[in-house]
Amino acid sequence: MTRQHSYWLLFSAVFSKDVKLAFRQRAEIVNPIIFFLIVISLFPLAIGPEPGLLARMAPGIIWVAALLSTMLGLDKLFRDDFNDGSLEQLIASSYPLSLSVLAKVAAHWVVTGLPLVFMTPLFALLLNLESAALMATVLTLLLGTALLSFIGAIGAALTVGLQKGGILMSLLVLPLYIPVLIFATSAIDTSSMSLDYSGQLAILGAMLLVAIISAPIAISSALKVSIS
Amino acid sequence: MWKWLHPYAKAERAYQLCNTLLPYFTVVTIVSMLVGWVWGLGFAPADYQQKDSYRIIFIHVPSAILSMGAYSSMAIAAIIALVWQIKNAELAVIAIAPVGACITAIALITGAAWGKPMWGAWWVWDARLTSELILLFLYLGVLSLYHAFEDKKSAGRAASILAIVGVINLPIIHYSVEWWNTLHQGASITKLDTKAIDPSMLWPLLINILAFAGFVGTVTLIRLKNEILQREKHRPWVRHMLNKG
Repeated sequence: MTRQHSYWLLFSAVFSKDVKLAFRQRAEIVNPIIFFLIVISLFPLAIGPEPGLLARMAPGIIWVAALLSTMLGLDKLFRDDFNDGSLEQLIASSYPLSLSVLAKVAAHWVVTGLPLVFMTPLFALLLNLESAALMATVLTLLLGTALLSFIGAIGAALTVGLQKGGILMSLLVLPLYIPVLIFATSAIDTSSMSLDYSGQLAILGAMLLVAIISAPIAISSALKVSIS
Repeated sequence: MWKWLHPYAKAERAYQLCNTLLPYFTVVTIVSMLVGWVWGLGFAPADYQQKDSYRIIFIHVPSAILSMGAYSSMAIAAIIALVWQIKNAELAVIAIAPVGACITAIALITGAAWGKPMWGAWWVWDARLTSELILLFLYLGVLSLYHAFEDKKSAGRAASILAIVGVINLPIIHYSVEWWNTLHQGASITKLDTKAIDPSMLWPLLINILAFAGFVGTVTLIRLKNEILQREKHRPWVRHMLNKG
């Protein structure tokens, strides 16, 4: 039976390859979570363990830790494929590069972003976050980490051809992360005052939709520049 | 219709165009800057509330407007460079970036100097200040990405892509004073019908905006000339010109 050529096949092939690779080297999944946990445990040590203070700062701490831990995996997003040449194959294939890029970014989010979302209740407990704000934290992380993966992938694609791209990439990407951080923490703040935070969530969702449409185009043209 | 534009994709013609435009830009800049600064800093009436310290708007507002204006022209050049693959446009991106970074820094520093007596703090984490700071980071990102590449051809294209991605920040800066309740005041120049700003202050301000625009244009032209010469230094026309001059 001949295999059917379809966009969906390409997407699922790239996606499952990346997820499988990550699960076989478990460090890739576990390390960002441990990093996240360590960053969070630094704050009570640094600013003092007073519960009220921690609860007030918890949204900011969780989000800054999330920004930093998604940065960890970004450098590897295209690096391995760049080194072993499979990135060139993706570019040379007759399928649109932006589709395989979309699959790679989605896999990156499943591997690094989604585990953080599942772990949030634990972090909320550690930081004394009120239960009213817990739901908002989970929802903003769910939308926000996906957005971070898309934005970060642009930086990763621009710097993949460079020898020391890691630090440069964080310089490029972190300023672009700031709007996400502002809206996400504002949503959590609003929810902890038991007000309606659907506005901020809607803006995050809108930014995510724009990113899903436009970021793969930017990423694929950046990859073509890096490979040439 | 656009046929007259095509020859300027050639580096030599673009260089000549820079040479032709440069005197006009220089004259406009020098004249309007002298008039604007003397009028604005010396003769415009003092504000009834802020006294003389309001005069920083004659530097702060033009530089803030031009920080966004320079970014948009950089992004337009970047789009031209990527869509039509025009090399000179890449050079223009790199020519504008440091100028834009400087003018953004001027806007931030003058704003801080004004904020200290007026708001009582050098820096406030206000939406407009923060987004202007992000703009500075974006300029620096474009520059450092360009210099990180050994191969200047891909450096120009990578920097162009980053410049286009950063455009999303421009509307955020522009509307930040309307979307959030910020300490930074809203726009007053564009509210012409409500007379939010008196003509005796408005005119020197407009002249200063012209002066800063001319300044950015002049410096960019000079930098663009240098970039073209550096990129094309092995071409015969450059050698020919240098030997002659």
